Amino acid sequence: MATLRSSASALVGAVSRPALRATTAKTLPSLAVRGMAQVTDAQQTNQTASGDKANLKTFQIYRWNPDTPTEKPKMQSYTLDLNKTGPMVLDALIRIKNELDPTLTFRRSCREGICGSCAMNINGTNTLACLCRIPPENSADMKIYPLPHTYVVKDLVPDLTQFYKQYKSIKPYLQRDTPAEDGKEYRQSKADRKKLDGLYECILCACCSTSCPSYWWNSEEYLGPAILLQSYRWLVDSRDEKTAQRKDALNNSMSLYRCHTILNCTRTCPKGLNPGLAIAEIKKSMAF
Amino acid sequence: MIAQRAATTTLRRVAGKPNVFFTANVARLATQPLSTTQTRPVATQPHLTPADANAILAKQRLNRPVSPHLAVYDKQQTWFGGSIWMRITGSLFSGSLYVFATAYLAAPLLGWHLESASLAAAFGALPVALKGGIKFLAAWPFAFHAINGVRHLLFDMAKGFQRQTIVKSGWYIWGASIVGGLYLAFLL
Repeated sequence: MATLRSSASALVGAVSRPALRATTAKTLPSLAVRGMAQVTDAQQTNQTASGDKANLKTFQIYRWNPDTPTEKPKMQSYTLDLNKTGPMVLDALIRIKNELDPTLTFRRSCREGICGSCAMNINGTNTLACLCRIPPENSADMKIYPLPHTYVVKDLVPDLTQFYKQYKSIKPYLQRDTPAEDGKEYRQSKADRKKLDGLYECILCACCSTSCPSYWWNSEEYLGPAILLQSYRWLVDSRDEKTAQRKDALNNSMSLYRCHTILNCTRTCPKGLNPGLAIAEIKKSMAF
Repeated sequence: MIAQRAATTTLRRVAGKPNVFFTANVARLATQPLSTTQTRPVATQPHLTPADANAILAKQRLNRPVSPHLAVYDKQQTWFGGSIWMRITGSLFSGSLYVFATAYLAAPLLGWHLESASLAAAFGALPVALKGGIKFLAAWPFAFHAINGVRHLLFDMAKGFQRQTIVKSGWYIWGASIVGGLYLAFLL
């Protein structure tokens, strides 16, 4: 706790309040800058001292700050009382940011698994922090990293520029030349609509793509599971008329065929979708 | 009168200057620890052209580290994955075929004896455990490659992609290939 306090307050002082610290240090030497961590530390010790049974859990979180780029990325530990924290990892992260260390950076938005912002590597697998429970029964530290083999913008924030470019490259929209028969909407049978189930739910959180070793080594050219699942979503859409061109764009050694059915994608998908199956279906439709 | 009053007030003001300074700081002393608002001494740049912004971004990107991957990802998936061992065992067999075939070609020139009869005689002279061990080193990769190959054929038909099936079949293949390898090594 002592190390955490010193490092956290040093961070707070160094990063977010340099000017304030300078002025107060000059005029008020006795009144040190109040670090957030010190305050909550005092609260925490009060709580534990008052007899509440604290259920402490340590979170080891990957830290890297672009303002000090020469410093190597490091793991920083934060200890929280789970009795005072929500059930999900995202709750813990938000609490750390609010109470222990405001410099901790991560993306989050909807907190219910629909926006895909809080995708990160938690205890070895990629998942959404908002859908990932903190296991209450085991006391082992939780390790939280950004999505694997991505460029880190800061702390848990990965650079997904390439991922979005690849998504754009598959033209993820309905392409059609013939107008609708009734001039109103493009109709589809129930059976055809059913083919889109398990595909349209993808929220592009990039968990699956960044779990794929093949994507780690070839992300420049291989599209990766998420984008291929999206690609399949448009390939099987009965209303789309550019199926042949879409298949043509995938028909090279890199875009699609770098998939070696490692299937980390299917095992990691936080929405329970099956990118591995979608890729297999594309391969099958290209082969037969 | 008025001029005199003005002069005295300015005199007072000048005299009171340190006091003003002092009271300002006392006010700060009093308010700061109680204040709940955070100060953010950040200056925003008013004129940052898109080109400047891009240059800053490009400079930042040069420094960005790559997040950890193989070292942190679930060991069970990365190190015991059927796919990577399919590749390793396949490379092992094709590599040793190339090595042996080249050595066999060069053998008459170099005076090596790689004929089947002499190899069999040399192998036969080894103790049983060592024989079995060497055979297992070849038999296990063979069994793994063969059984996992069948799974890959099923994958090509888009079968066996349920999450549970993937996990289970992965472990079954490890078990079956070890049993198969032991059988080929010691009982055949």
